[in-house]
Amino acid sequence: MSNPLTKFLPFFTDAEVPHTVSARPDTGLYSAKVGIWLFLASEVMLFGGLFSAYIFLRLGAEPGYWPAGLLNVPVGTMNTAILIISSITVVLAWAALKMRQFSKYKLYMLVTILCGLIFLTVKLSYEWPAKFNHFGVFIKKESASKYEEFLGNKHLADSGQNPRWEITGHLLDAPKGSHYAHQAEHNAEHFAHETGRHDAVTAAEDDYVIQLDAVNANPSDKENDRPHFWPVPMTEKLAVISAKDVESASVFAPRHSTYFATYFLITGLHGLHVLGGIIVFLYLWLPFRGGASLYKTNPEHLANRVEIAGLFWHFVDLVWIFVFPIFYLL
Amino acid sequence: MSLKAFHLVFILICILFCAGMAFWAFKTGASDGLGWGSAISCGLMSVYCVRFVIKSKTIIT
Repeated sequence: MSNPLTKFLPFFTDAEVPHTVSARPDTGLYSAKVGIWLFLASEVMLFGGLFSAYIFLRLGAEPGYWPAGLLNVPVGTMNTAILIISSITVVLAWAALKMRQFSKYKLYMLVTILCGLIFLTVKLSYEWPAKFNHFGVFIKKESASKYEEFLGNKHLADSGQNPRWEITGHLLDAPKGSHYAHQAEHNAEHFAHETGRHDAVTAAEDDYVIQLDAVNANPSDKENDRPHFWPVPMTEKLAVISAKDVESASVFAPRHSTYFATYFLITGLHGLHVLGGIIVFLYLWLPFRGGASLYKTNPEHLANRVEIAGLFWHFVDLVWIFVFPIFYLL
Repeated sequence: MSLKAFHLVFILICILFCAGMAFWAFKTGASDGLGWGSAISCGLMSVYCVRFVIKSKTIIT
């Protein structure tokens, strides 16, 4: 009995698709390669637009409102190395197919898939959740002098740097009715357990209490003027901030600032591309009819499919090579 | 452009990236470890790049 889908979807037929291996006479390329480059051209426009938006938003940001040093650089560096390694292994997988070494192909492709999975796991289970438990409070400019010991703007002005308007750390107490009350309660319990201090919760109903990052605990320390490669541990120093002095306050989510909105948008979109690449690689690695099983009937066709997927993967890695320095280093 | 050519372009960009990161790490004083790590990666990838060009001439058709 024939497949009922063939009536409606030509994709499911056994009809011969031309130029999957041989080059088309007019383009000199097999069809999928023309297709993938057209697709990558559209991707260049997509990411190009987002990078342009990032540049203009950053250049137009008011002094002191574009944060730095809030991301984990060693983790980002490790993820960059993982993606570069995966680009090498995907080429090795393709070369192995070209040389008809199927077992080597399987091994290199497996390493590529694992690299992609490690990248996504680190991003989704460590990097992003850490941001969602980090809190930032932007102080109103007219109230900044009250919090000078946490902002250090006199020191920054003396050394010719942009002012600082934000106090960051872990939220231990939030004003009554705040979205973050539950998170603050959880953090306060953890803080009390770790330090033995139970002074993190104030009697006032409109105060934020923040367990400070090093940059706000010692804002005049010259060590905090430059970016740190290794994350500096959170201090035990607390800041009590009245809600009436706060311009905006939130965890490091997209709503926090333009910086985090662009960070989550671009890294999230990039992560979706990594996920797409992993799915395609899994299809080519597992014994599906159009995947690894194709090796038995038409190994050159499988090699071409791996080449196409490899081109996409290289593009995705190339995007990360630009994402990493602009968000993590500069 | 084939995967072979695109891979070569990618590795060249990575070499420049590592060189830039080493420069950044030393200049800002962020981390000497990162600086040396990036400089070594830059060297290793340059060697890999040359080996890839030589080997891919004969192996990949």
